[in-house]
Amino acid sequence: MTALLTIIVLVFILVAIWQMVKIFDLAQAKNENAGIATDKDNTMNAYLMMGFLAFIYAITIVCFVKWGDLPLMSNSASEHGPTIDNLMIISMVIIFIVQTITQFLLHYFAYKYKGEKGRKALFFADNNKLEAIWTIIPVIVLAGLIIYGLNTWINIMGVDESDDPLVVELYAQQFNWKARYGGADNTLGKANVRLIDIDRANILGLDEADPNAQDDVITTELHLPVGKPVLFKMRSQDVLHSAYMPHFRAQMNCVPGMITQFGFTPTVTTADMRETSQIQEKVKRINDIRVENSKPLLAKGEEPLEPYTFDYLLLCNKICGKSHYNMQMKIVVETQEEYDAWIKEQKAFKNSLIN
Amino acid sequence: MSAHADTHANDDDHGHHHKETFVTKYIFSQDHKMIAKQYLITGTIMGVIGVLMSMMFRMQIAWPEEPNVLFEALLGKWAPDGVMDADIYLALVTIHGTIMVFFVLTAGLSGTFSNLLIPLQIGARDMASGFLNMVSYWLFFLSSIIMVISLFVEAGPAAAGWTIYPPLSALPMAQGGSGMGMTLWLVSMAIFIASSLLGSLNYIVTVINLRTKGMSMTRLPLTIWAFFITAVIGVISFPVLLSAALLLIMDRSFGTSFFLSDIFIQGEVLHYQGGSPVLFEHLFWFLGHPEVYIVILPAMGLVSEIMASNSRKPIFGYRAMIASILAIAFLSTIVWGHHMFISGMNPFLGSVFTFTTLLIAIPSAVKAFNWITTLWKGNLQMNPAMLFSIGFVSTFITGGLTGIILGDSALDINVHDTYFVVAHFHLVMGISALYGMFAGIYHWYPKMFGKMLNKNLGYIHFWITAVCAYGVFFPMHFIGMAGLPRRYYTNSNFPLFDDLANVNVIITIFALIGGVVQIVYLYNFFSSIFFGKKAPQNPWKSTTLEWTAPVEHMHGNWPGEIPHVHRWAYDYSKPGHDVDFVPQNIPLKEGEEELQH
Repeated sequence: MTALLTIIVLVFILVAIWQMVKIFDLAQAKNENAGIATDKDNTMNAYLMMGFLAFIYAITIVCFVKWGDLPLMSNSASEHGPTIDNLMIISMVIIFIVQTITQFLLHYFAYKYKGEKGRKALFFADNNKLEAIWTIIPVIVLAGLIIYGLNTWINIMGVDESDDPLVVELYAQQFNWKARYGGADNTLGKANVRLIDIDRANILGLDEADPNAQDDVITTELHLPVGKPVLFKMRSQDVLHSAYMPHFRAQMNCVPGMITQFGFTPTVTTADMRETSQIQEKVKRINDIRVENSKPLLAKGEEPLEPYTFDYLLLCNKICGKSHYNMQMKIVVETQEEYDAWIKEQKAFKNSLIN
Repeated sequence: MSAHADTHANDDDHGHHHKETFVTKYIFSQDHKMIAKQYLITGTIMGVIGVLMSMMFRMQIAWPEEPNVLFEALLGKWAPDGVMDADIYLALVTIHGTIMVFFVLTAGLSGTFSNLLIPLQIGARDMASGFLNMVSYWLFFLSSIIMVISLFVEAGPAAAGWTIYPPLSALPMAQGGSGMGMTLWLVSMAIFIASSLLGSLNYIVTVINLRTKGMSMTRLPLTIWAFFITAVIGVISFPVLLSAALLLIMDRSFGTSFFLSDIFIQGEVLHYQGGSPVLFEHLFWFLGHPEVYIVILPAMGLVSEIMASNSRKPIFGYRAMIASILAIAFLSTIVWGHHMFISGMNPFLGSVFTFTTLLIAIPSAVKAFNWITTLWKGNLQMNPAMLFSIGFVSTFITGGLTGIILGDSALDINVHDTYFVVAHFHLVMGISALYGMFAGIYHWYPKMFGKMLNKNLGYIHFWITAVCAYGVFFPMHFIGMAGLPRRYYTNSNFPLFDDLANVNVIITIFALIGGVVQIVYLYNFFSSIFFGKKAPQNPWKSTTLEWTAPVEHMHGNWPGEIPHVHRWAYDYSKPGHDVDFVPQNIPLKEGEEELQH
């Protein structure tokens, strides 16, 4: 019943708007060459063009001032992070300059050369020199960006096995993550989803006969020692997922049937990151919002929202089904000692099986 | 009957005066002008559906999980107590993308204007095959109907994103929408592709064979160049999507393993072995990327034409404009991998695609600067079509520039699949192409319906839409750079993004206003068909051939002989002439030189 009423109300509103437009339409004198812009229209729209230019500049400034202090531009927590951030800033500066100039020219010309009766436009069809200029300048700028970008890309994606990285498997399933460590031998045991045996708690399908698998450790939190290179091996058991770790400028899809990889070196522990001024500001901002959002809850007699403390997160960033939005894993970066203590408490695979 | 006659469409004697019934005139018409209108109206209806969907999911994003009486009314069982279900949220996002990209901006834009303008601007009686043209439209209509029907299936419509990556799209147990909903989606798209291919082949053949006397390739208006090259890209890339869809149907229904391997879901191991979802991504984006140029090139062509006409100036750098269309078309087929930098494909391949992708910025920059220079020292007639064209250049630049971030594999790592991408492609190919389409409609409405649109409603429509478009998509870059992933049903499930909630509210408010204001346009469009002022033959004082045809539509376009062409399409404000435009069919004056641009 409410549904029907809502639809009726909605239809009435639409009809009302339609009728208002109609009144506006009919109220106009149709005689003077309706439909074709007059000098008056040209002038009005020319001024609006300048107004719109101001609007574009204003929205740019507002966005940068209000939301420009981004975790993506600074404050990265991995070794390669700053190189991405630098490239990002350089690209943004170039974009900002080009955007400001071209939008100005576009809207200013639209204002300056507004049509007037009797004036004739300049017959200007071609100029090879001008066109050469705006072909060559983008070529140079882009050549620079391509070289810098590819250099960065190759450095990030090239995994140096001689660094003896910590090998960690990120295992994705609808809708949660698991991490698997190689144990004392730092070697992941063989695994395949065909070997999954829920009854025996072999949830990741490890090969029980593989000696390398025996000391593997499966966890629901990702702990990483600071300063040590990590090589992630991604696996998915059902659909595509993407392991997105924005604070580390890292992301790689998890593809069923194949193993993908991404490596980085975390440089800032969770504890240190919490102390940085940017994160403290962000946490304060979020907690202010949460206090505000708790008020209606408290009024209803419900529990208020819990205060927020900062943690690195691993997010799923490839549409994977109903609870895609709710698929994340906490990442803890800690000192080597803390990490060693933590990993020692975890159960080895051979001991976690139910016989 | 007339199919036979139309194969001789370019004959000067077009003597088929057979009787037209209501059915042959308005429904199974083989006249390109009527087919164009059919495309436009079907595209408009699909557009209304697509925009309504976006308004609904924007409300969910801004006010997550809050009961909304609108949801309850419109979504029924998918919004128990007015709270939108997470599955239907993904379905709305999916179908919105599908409808807008394919049904509105491919069929609605390219289908409308290629059909309307190719014969009229090249001086042909009709398309090379009027019959195939009719079949093409009706296949499109059929695919639209199937897509709409898919919204009502029991387990929900397709919800795996418009890119329908398997395994999510292949396994009904992974997602409700991947059952019957996805089957219908695939069937609908297969028919759509058939329609698009028939249309494209027709456009190509027509442009190559049926140009009137004197209409050399370098005298063609840029619209025709754009439609022509668009059709070529379509013929090259759409079959690949068709094969991807067919292989996906095989995997889904006949147990093959093209895209699937090693899957454990809901407690059981599936039999699939040896396939790869990455293969699907390659096949999908082999169309998917050219597709964005299939969407934007026709808009570019329309805008070039409208800008020249309303600036009363030749388009600047005609040959460079053609060269950049060709360059974009060529590059568009070798950049698809930039959607897959982090898909698990070899990083070296990523490097290659970064290189080719960033190259596209060069012809794009040439085009943008040429448009701006076209305005310089013009005598700008601010008709609604002109405003939308200027708006097109503005959003194309804003949206295009962020492409150099996304096309750069190193930077893509961190903004891939965030709202930064959503902002980028909506500005550069969504809003821009839509502006191109609106510009085309405002400009050629007199040609289509013989009536004028109300310009003041056009101004209201443009300015509010323009402000809303920036209001929606500019801030969206920033939530993307803050790391907010797209396709999240709610962002308040964990606190990391709580401080972005207010940005999403602002975006949604702009989106709602921008959506509602389209009523102004719809009113203008539909009421002017009946009550609009009668259009003069050449309202914008343009040079191209369509304005030499009579206002009243007739089979064969011109009574008597087809006009011959003596000059290029851009003799605006040419020195030595009293008027500021010289139509293409006017012979050169004695001693007048044709500029070889």
